[in-house]
Amino acid sequence: MSDPAMSEPVLSVRNVEKSFGGIRAVRGVSFDVRKGEVLGLIGPNGSGKSTLFNCILGQLPPDAGEVSVNGRKVSGMRASQMNRLGVGRTFQQLSVFPKMTVLDNIILAGQEHQGTMLSRLFGPADAGLTEEAERLIAFFRLTHLRDELAGSLSYGQQKLVDAAMAFMAGPGLVLLDEPAGGVNLTMLAHFKERLAAYNVEHGTTFVVIEHNMEFVMSLCTRIIVLAEGAVIAEGTPDEIRSNQTVIDAYLGG
Amino acid sequence: MSQFLQVLLSGLATGAVYALVAIGFTLVWQAAQTVNFAQGEFVMVPAFFVLIGMHWLGLSFWISLLFGLVVSIVLLGLVFKKLIVEPILPHGGITLIIATMALGILLKESAKEFYGAEAQPFPALFPGDPINLFGAAVSLRDLLNLGISLGVVVLLTLFLNRTRTGRCMQATAQNPGVAEILGVDVKRMVLYTFLINAALAALASFLITPVYLAKFSNGETLGLIAFIAAIVGGFNQIRGALVGGLLIGVLDNLTATYVTAQYRAALPLVLLIAIILVRPQGLVGTSEGRAV
Amino acid sequence: MRGLSLHRSWRLLLIVALLAAAILLPLGQKNYFIYVLTSWLIFTIAAMGLNLTLGYAGQISLAQASFMALGAYTTALMTLAGWHWLVSLPVGLTLCFVVGLVLGYPALRVKGHFLAFVTLAFNTLVFLVLRNEEWLTGGTYGLSGMPRPEFGSFSTDKQLPFYYFTLGVTVLAALGLWAIVRSPWGRAFKALRENPIRAESLGVDTRRFTLLAFAIGSAYGGLAGALVTPLVQFIEPGSFGLAHSLRILLMVVVGGAGYFFGPFIGAAVVILLPEVLRFTEGYYLIIYSALVIVMLVFVPSGLIGIFGKLRARFWPRRQVRADMAEGARLP
Repeated sequence: MSDPAMSEPVLSVRNVEKSFGGIRAVRGVSFDVRKGEVLGLIGPNGSGKSTLFNCILGQLPPDAGEVSVNGRKVSGMRASQMNRLGVGRTFQQLSVFPKMTVLDNIILAGQEHQGTMLSRLFGPADAGLTEEAERLIAFFRLTHLRDELAGSLSYGQQKLVDAAMAFMAGPGLVLLDEPAGGVNLTMLAHFKERLAAYNVEHGTTFVVIEHNMEFVMSLCTRIIVLAEGAVIAEGTPDEIRSNQTVIDAYLGG
Repeated sequence: MSQFLQVLLSGLATGAVYALVAIGFTLVWQAAQTVNFAQGEFVMVPAFFVLIGMHWLGLSFWISLLFGLVVSIVLLGLVFKKLIVEPILPHGGITLIIATMALGILLKESAKEFYGAEAQPFPALFPGDPINLFGAAVSLRDLLNLGISLGVVVLLTLFLNRTRTGRCMQATAQNPGVAEILGVDVKRMVLYTFLINAALAALASFLITPVYLAKFSNGETLGLIAFIAAIVGGFNQIRGALVGGLLIGVLDNLTATYVTAQYRAALPLVLLIAIILVRPQGLVGTSEGRAV
Repeated sequence: MRGLSLHRSWRLLLIVALLAAAILLPLGQKNYFIYVLTSWLIFTIAAMGLNLTLGYAGQISLAQASFMALGAYTTALMTLAGWHWLVSLPVGLTLCFVVGLVLGYPALRVKGHFLAFVTLAFNTLVFLVLRNEEWLTGGTYGLSGMPRPEFGSFSTDKQLPFYYFTLGVTVLAALGLWAIVRSPWGRAFKALRENPIRAESLGVDTRRFTLLAFAIGSAYGGLAGALVTPLVQFIEPGSFGLAHSLRILLMVVVGGAGYFFGPFIGAAVVILLPEVLRFTEGYYLIIYSALVIVMLVFVPSGLIGIFGKLRARFWPRRQVRADMAEGARLP
């Protein structure tokens, strides 16, 4: 494997600005994320990280600057196009398809990447994805729940299904929106361990927005701290932990 | 010119009655996210309650009106809320829409079975004699319908803005969660909304039935027109529903008089589709908030 | 897994038995009875289409009767002009598919009650055009004298052969819908119903599937219309009004929206039951609509849902993944 620092950035954020009315939510943020990195995006409430996240997802057009994934501008792109470009995501709130089985949830997450519209109408019902979906289900230790309706699962299990869906199409970049929110401690440890293992096995790049400091510190390889719409610190978890500016921002905010 | 004035005025009179129905529609939507597809039947039925009072109970006309109003408030307000909206709302909006459609059929068919398919005469509240106004012959009934409807809208607005209960109702409509925290009895406020809707529908029924006669199928067009009026008004304001109602009433009368009568019914529909697609927040509405 | 395949073979057996019943039932019966059975099949087809739009894809439509009208009038005009029914069919279906696509556009912007009203307005507009454009549609007098199709020596002029012809078309239509809802498309439709935002983020082109849900559902409405014309041999705008769209919608909901066999049951309740309950006379619709409301309060997933609930109670869950468990919870 080549040195990740030398390769092209998977995600590139350049001088992004975004205002709502008179409020400058994001003020000229720039950073790159390289292949295989696990980047944490943290900051106190109102620091602009959600706005930035939505700009990265192409949902909010930035006022200035640009976001590109694998060299392609994402602004104005539809979510399905982003996904087919190799960007997976999870949601803050639960986002499974409750009246479909776990297996069907996962297959759905991959099927639109297989063949054409017509081949998906006339081809096999599972788009040839059952085995791959089962591998992913096994990876997240959900095999016993394979044929259950996703809506009948516990909160934490649904979070795992949600994550598995984000990985199903084999994306190069996955954006995790507060993955730890509402998950109990036992499940959280399992979840974090699985995410880390996936990153190691597949070299997938992660960008994580999270409030749970311990989760971010132990999962991420690099952390960017936002406050009042600007980057105030950047570095490894250890560097961030001891950074006085960051501590002040959190205590002050 | 005098014909125009006549057409305009009678359009405003019907429009004001439409507005009453549309306002009830809007209030119920705000308070309980209920889109009542039986709203037209809610206007059709009270007239039959009055007829029952007159023919079966032998009450005088004015006492029967009171009887009709009370029965409407109980059945179309209280019972509707408790037996249909409350249990079905948790199953989702579309399910509730379908349930109110079934309710519409139920009311329509009941009226037909119990009172016959023929239109029943309904006593006029006021004499229909034309009076002379600026050289135009306008009917006194139109003028009084317009006056009463507008008067009720003004009273309702005063109630919602000036009384404690009214303000609690507004708070409930805007944010039930916060209202609850502030000590508002949210459930009771929602119930009041349903009662007011029923009363408005009954009033509209009493004003409009002398013109149309009491017929089981009256609700079909009324419900649609009230919805269109509500949509024109953006579905979230009394003011909007009022403007919407008046506008539809006048437009309808003008097209019937001056344009083809064949496609008269098509105009409000085209208007409806256009508004929903171009400005779903309504002509006078704002996209944010559900302010009364 | 064994439970699952056991369940499958039971279901297959049940389908074969029902199909045999459908073939044998009309033998020796009066023409009127066969006529009622035929209209049950036709409304089943229309309801199957709406079930795709509403039950599977979660998009409400109050315009299904207007697509029956498009199919019926296309067939009527073309067969009256001397074309064979088989030629008029694809024309009618294509027309409905295209108009259905157009009707789907509002669904990209608005949902729920707004969509219900747009489609309702559309249905009424179609009705007005049919009533007013006399040169084409015969206005309120409608069109009559349409011939029934002949296929070589198989003539459908008599009631029984026409019934078998309709049964054949219904089976084909059901197989077609089965293929769609079993395919990845079916999964995408359901995803659109359950969580459109999540579906979009997983690469599902929700715009395209919304339009397709309307277009395919409408084409099924057109197919039903194409069968109405030769059955009744007289059509007029009043047969395709809003009340009929509502009737089809209730068929879907009563049978069980999002269940494959829901429309068969729902259409049976609406078309066949009144014949059985003749003695209730005019009260039938009152009883029916009251029961619909009661059902929506207690079992919003429809009659098949009741069946599923009972089975879950008496036949404890062997597998959750029974296809009975996939019905819609409408948004």
